[in-house]
Amino acid sequence: MSTHADTHEHEDNHGHHHKETFITKYIFSQDHKMISKQYLITGTIMGVIGVLMSVMFRIQIAWPEEPNVLFEALLGKWAPDGVMDADVYLALVTIHGTIMVFFLLTAGLSGTFSNLLIPLQIGARDMASGFLNMISYWLFFLSAIIMLGSLFVEAGPAAAGWTIYPPLSALPMAQGGSGMGMTLWLISMAIFIASSLLGSLNYIVTVINLRTKGMSMTRLPLTIWAFFVTAIIGVVSFPVLLSAALLLIMDRSFGTSFFLSDIFIQGEVLHYQGGSPVLFEHLFWFLGHPEVYIVILPAMGIVSEILASNSRKPIFGYRAMIASILAIAFLSTIVWGHHMFVSGMNPFLGSVFTFTTLLIAIPSAVKAFNWITTIWKGNIQMNTAMLFSIGFVSTFITGGLTGIILGDSALDINVHDTYFVIAHFHLVMGISALYGMFAGVYHWYPKMFGRMMNKNLGYIHFWVTAVCAYGVFFPMHFIGMAGLPRRYYTNTAFPLFDDLHDVNVVITVFAIIGAVFQIVFLYNFFVSMFYGKRATQNPWKSTTLEWTTPVEHLHGNWPGAIPHVYRWPYDYSNPGHDVDFVPQNVPLKEGEEELHH
Amino acid sequence: MTAFLTIIIVLFVAVAIWQMVKIFDLAQVGVSDTQIATDQDNKVNAYIMLAFLAFIYILTIVCFVLWGDLPLLSNAASEHGSEIDNLMIISLVVIFIVQFITQYLLHYFAFKYRGEKGKKALFYADNNTLEAIWTIIPVIVLAGLIIYGLFTWTTIMNVNEDEDPLIIELYAQQFNWKARYGGNDNTLGKANVRLIDIDKANILGLDEADPNGQDDIIVSEVHLPVGRPVLFKIRSQDVLHSAYMPHFRAQMNCVPGMITQFGFTPVTTTADMRQTPEMIDKVANINRIRADRSKELVANGEEALDPYEFHYLLLCNKICGKSHYNMQMNIIVETQEEYDAWISEQKEFKDSLIK
Repeated sequence: MSTHADTHEHEDNHGHHHKETFITKYIFSQDHKMISKQYLITGTIMGVIGVLMSVMFRIQIAWPEEPNVLFEALLGKWAPDGVMDADVYLALVTIHGTIMVFFLLTAGLSGTFSNLLIPLQIGARDMASGFLNMISYWLFFLSAIIMLGSLFVEAGPAAAGWTIYPPLSALPMAQGGSGMGMTLWLISMAIFIASSLLGSLNYIVTVINLRTKGMSMTRLPLTIWAFFVTAIIGVVSFPVLLSAALLLIMDRSFGTSFFLSDIFIQGEVLHYQGGSPVLFEHLFWFLGHPEVYIVILPAMGIVSEILASNSRKPIFGYRAMIASILAIAFLSTIVWGHHMFVSGMNPFLGSVFTFTTLLIAIPSAVKAFNWITTIWKGNIQMNTAMLFSIGFVSTFITGGLTGIILGDSALDINVHDTYFVIAHFHLVMGISALYGMFAGVYHWYPKMFGRMMNKNLGYIHFWVTAVCAYGVFFPMHFIGMAGLPRRYYTNTAFPLFDDLHDVNVVITVFAIIGAVFQIVFLYNFFVSMFYGKRATQNPWKSTTLEWTTPVEHLHGNWPGAIPHVYRWPYDYSNPGHDVDFVPQNVPLKEGEEELHH
Repeated sequence: MTAFLTIIIVLFVAVAIWQMVKIFDLAQVGVSDTQIATDQDNKVNAYIMLAFLAFIYILTIVCFVLWGDLPLLSNAASEHGSEIDNLMIISLVVIFIVQFITQYLLHYFAFKYRGEKGKKALFYADNNTLEAIWTIIPVIVLAGLIIYGLFTWTTIMNVNEDEDPLIIELYAQQFNWKARYGGNDNTLGKANVRLIDIDKANILGLDEADPNGQDDIIVSEVHLPVGRPVLFKIRSQDVLHSAYMPHFRAQMNCVPGMITQFGFTPVTTTADMRQTPEMIDKVANINRIRADRSKELVANGEEALDPYEFHYLLLCNKICGKSHYNMQMNIIVETQEEYDAWISEQKEFKDSLIK
């Protein structure tokens, strides 16, 4: 530990060496706080685009084949006379999924809060490598530009679903979007993965090496535990997606047959021989499933922190929370096959994956019960961040429970790839992670921008979003159980589903209202940056180290020496103290024992 | 031009909403001087929490009343289907009990323990007994579900070839289904897409020299005799598809380059299924909806919709391209006599080739 102290003293004046210009401060910044804001704003812009796409395809489902001026305006030749083309429908669902999963909820969420909080909460001047951190952001930015650029290519963007299963994604003659659009998708994702790996390695190294004196692993806030484990999962699984993408590029452009065999399309036999699309599915989901935990774990960490702080109570079962994060992380890498029960793989594998998948319910249940116990007998401060955190627990439970059905191979046979799946994963990882992100933004806004967001706008934003999220995704379970497949451009080809049309209209109406009300958030977010009430140093009276830094940002975070840590991060309402929170840098009183575990 | 105007209008609407938010924002100046929740905020939001809990419950009830009476949860048309339905109902009951209790606790606690000035929260960091309880209870419940689930899964997926199942090939292509029967020998002839010869009408790529293939029968509507196990051998010629037969609780992907399979035993004929009370209601309801829709269409000078008649369906359930949404085939379950009569009218492969 003594080496830590030495490094800190050595670096104490680090921040003052730089002469900062506009470009080094705002654009090619190596300061983790600025990079975090860059991630947040880029992620927000991508999120707005992703949501707009979902509104467009929801309108198509509710009012199929009806001319719509909005389509005519936004889609141009893809909506002749205002009627959406079937190919563009698939393109919209594909890019919506890609943007939301990767660009908003992976980069936007992890990128923002890992960057902001890891140095601040562990007591470090910056990330282990500010330079790699900057490269990581700009690679992300580049991949976002390429992804958006793919929307404008002649034959349309990738349209094979965000899972891009070959052969559909491999053969340009199978679908317009599988030409240039898919090439750009693959390039964009390859760069994105490079960005993600650089970021993750940086997070891991920083957490392991740069903790301040006294910050043992069991004194880390749960946010840091979550970001740390998320980064490890990312490093383990993202390279596998990269390999799948590279092999797919080989198949597409260089005539190899990794994923293709025996194909007859548009009147001709292709030369591919001996590959298997099922191999791609394995490679894809080896990342794809851990990916949902890459998305949800940071949200869980954020929510744990906010629930404790706003309940003025310690998080319940701190050690169990860490253990469950580790258990989830471990299990997440051995359950990918539950996406493939009916893919044609050996049914025995289906049994194995059912077993491992349902095991994940156990640590998840522990977390949910611990959160509920955390607010029990609290003194709950209903700040906007707290509302989103409670909302998170609610949607996580609702969405998580249906996982018991989808993870059960026998039941999955009939609901696989129906709207039931859409309802499940949007609630449990989409909406929940988004709530975690909103909670984080509302909670740490004072830290990021030195100003407060407007609370009443926050309340409106939360309650309308909460009602709409349930309004959209709860009824979807029922149309899924009625057998309606996902990714259908219109359901009118099946009179069997005519009686579900009303439900689809209701869902679309909720979706439009929910999307429009995000303007309240955008207003609050951007206007508060300039006109918000000035923040105090520790507005939420929290215990963690980021609130010991000054409101004005400085490169290096603390003007003087880095604070030392003497206690765990959840000393709220500790009976031995008069105040209801004791920050981590407050030494133990004489005779006081550290009260956790 | 309309495109430009539309974008302008959408922008104006967005700006208008933005301005309304701004008015709301400015109207609060002086009303609250802090952006941190006050006791009043805690109270108001606590009551909304209760209302939201009620909303979740009401939404659940409404969904069940309006859309919960699903034919797909009641009248399965295959032997294993009722097993799946039982397991589904047990799982749903477990889910709704847990959902009801946990949502209640979460929202009620948020209401009950709302913050007030001067109140101090209980310092309660840990309790091993409690945590053991809510680890062990899920373990027990899940163990039950896993065992039941795996048992069901194994029964469904292990096809018993001794029962002499009727062998049928399902053949998927963008955006069409074909089916092939083994003929009198109930054995499919060898096939590969490389042998497809459109000029000779050998559309599924059968090996023309294989004696087993000579009596194969290729059709575009599946007929199944009731009560006889059927084993589908599934192929695709171009991209991934998924053979989804919801009424039979059956689904399997169609993978180019390999043959996948799924077997089941149909237990209800199409005619009998049409006579079940649930189906009569459902079809009447759908036809009412279609009649209303037709009135609108006719008023606009378009053609009216055909009335709906129930059929078992095979749908494509894996994204496969532009017309994925309309890739379907009827499945007809009928008595052995009806089936025999139908199959005897079909052309054998050797006679269907254009020489």
